[in-house]
Amino acid sequence: MTVLSGTGLTRLYGDPCGDCESLTGDDAGRNRCPACGTIVACADVSLDIERGEVLGVVGESGSGKSSLAELLALERGEGHSRGSVRFDGYEGNLLESDYDTRTRLRNDDLALVHQHIRDGLTLSFSGGGNVAEKPLAAGERSFEAVRERVRSLFEQLEVPVDRMDDPAETYSGGMQRRVQLARALVTDPAVVVLDEPTTGLDVSVQARVLDTFRRVQRERGVAAVVVSHDLGVVRLLADRTLVMRHGRVVERGLTDRILEDPHHAYTQQLINSTL
Amino acid sequence: MILTVDTLTKRFEMHVLDGATVVGLDGVSVNVRDGEFLAVVGPSGSGKSSLLKCLYQTYEVSSGSIRYHPADVDLATCDDRTIMRLRGSEIGYTSQFLDEIPRVSAVDVVARPLVESGMPAESARERARDLLSELGLPGPLFEAYPATFSGGERQRVNLAQALAPRPRLLLLDEPTSALDPETRRLAVDLIRADLGPETTVVGVFHNHEMVEALADRVLVLGDGRRRDLLPVAEFEGVVA
Ligand SMILES: Nc1ncnc2c1ncn2[C@@H]1O[C@H](COP(=O)(O)OP(=O)(O)OP(=O)(O)O)[C@@H](O)[C@H]1O
Ligand SMILES: [Mg+2]
Ligand SMILES: [Zn+2]
Repeated sequence: MTVLSGTGLTRLYGDPCGDCESLTGDDAGRNRCPACGTIVACADVSLDIERGEVLGVVGESGSGKSSLAELLALERGEGHSRGSVRFDGYEGNLLESDYDTRTRLRNDDLALVHQHIRDGLTLSFSGGGNVAEKPLAAGERSFEAVRERVRSLFEQLEVPVDRMDDPAETYSGGMQRRVQLARALVTDPAVVVLDEPTTGLDVSVQARVLDTFRRVQRERGVAAVVVSHDLGVVRLLADRTLVMRHGRVVERGLTDRILEDPHHAYTQQLINSTL
Repeated sequence: MILTVDTLTKRFEMHVLDGATVVGLDGVSVNVRDGEFLAVVGPSGSGKSSLLKCLYQTYEVSSGSIRYHPADVDLATCDDRTIMRLRGSEIGYTSQFLDEIPRVSAVDVVARPLVESGMPAESARERARDLLSELGLPGPLFEAYPATFSGGERQRVNLAQALAPRPRLLLLDEPTSALDPETRRLAVDLIRADLGPETTVVGVFHNHEMVEALADRVLVLGDGRRRDLLPVAEFEGVVA
């Protein structure tokens, strides 16, 4: 059953001239409109995600992955946004929804894990506090129940529970990332959007964090959109993958198919360059 | 019949080589019978792995069809979600290399697919231990991380993981290439004892003893084409 879908998702930065989209993209080989200078960060992207499924989005830096992630997570951001986002249990196009609906959705059902840890956590607060804050803000009354939930999430995500009350700034990068994941999962959302989940982590820690996420994601049956420039991340996590370039989806399919039998010239180049 | 493969062709268009085309499979047709063990043999580059990957849809088929009868679908054209569902429930694939998961013990590597498909963790681990001991993996390694294992030890973990869920259709690509003769015999015994008639196997093997010990029929490939399809009794002497 489809839980999240996007249709015609487009985001432009600048003062569009009207021809920006036809003058950019994969064939044009650029994402900046030569007529007016507008950046076409992503254009006409459609996708849908079923319950419990993981969708990967790969592409080089600047290909539009984060803009797409923000649209899906209903982050307003800057620029002109177009298209529609639908979410199971909510009416209509959520890109046009009011503040309350959006807040409710983002508190209860959809979480974005930011690329930069500092955008997602208040490092001077305790790790547990960063996570507890979310259900408390969403109206949860029992402090004890929240604390219990945080504790069990920390266990699941392998954050040492005895460090729960220490400030997050005293945690290692891997632990901070796990706390960020706990914060995203604490309200039991149906979908989480992860933007570059390995940013700032040592290679030795990356695989371990991703594997923990994969396990928890399956145990909870939460769907995910995982955005990364790193094919290894998508390989570990995603069932299906979109490949983006110059703001457009150039190829999509089962992740192992994309990796072992890439069709598009760009995907082939991307894969050859990482071998 | 479980599979009807009809004039299956796989071409690779290599944009990095100025659009050169490589032919992996060229019009291969074969019926796979319910519960049989079909061995696929042929020289290097003859298309054996390509055939398995097309069946598993790791390769998109260029033309032809792959009728999978239990679900009444054409694997070559059905949508990705149907493939995902079949992979999760009844079609298994394993290559000769173990997919490492950092800091997960051998037993848990084998048990994981079972747990993910809903088996209680303790039963899954028990089945994993049984399979690993049948394959002669030394006990002390059960709780160790496969990253530190030898090629042959790793391949035992890999084979155990492939066998554990007893899928309806099991695709094996040289699952015993790194095993010594004695361990290969253990593998043969285990595969014969553990897989019942509910499992159909399509397996690529280089070693002819393995083919003779396991297969019901043999598909011989050469240059991406079907050269022969014969009962194993007639296979002896055919040079692949
Ligand atoms: N992903 C791919 N991209 C491009 N060409 C490929 C790919 N996979 C296979 N081929 C080509 O298809 C042909 C068949 O290869 P395949 O790997 O199926 O042979 P094989 O019989 O399994 O060989 P081996 O015994 O060496 O494993 C070869 O020419 C190979 O180079
Ligand atoms: Mg091969
Ligand atoms: Zn323009």
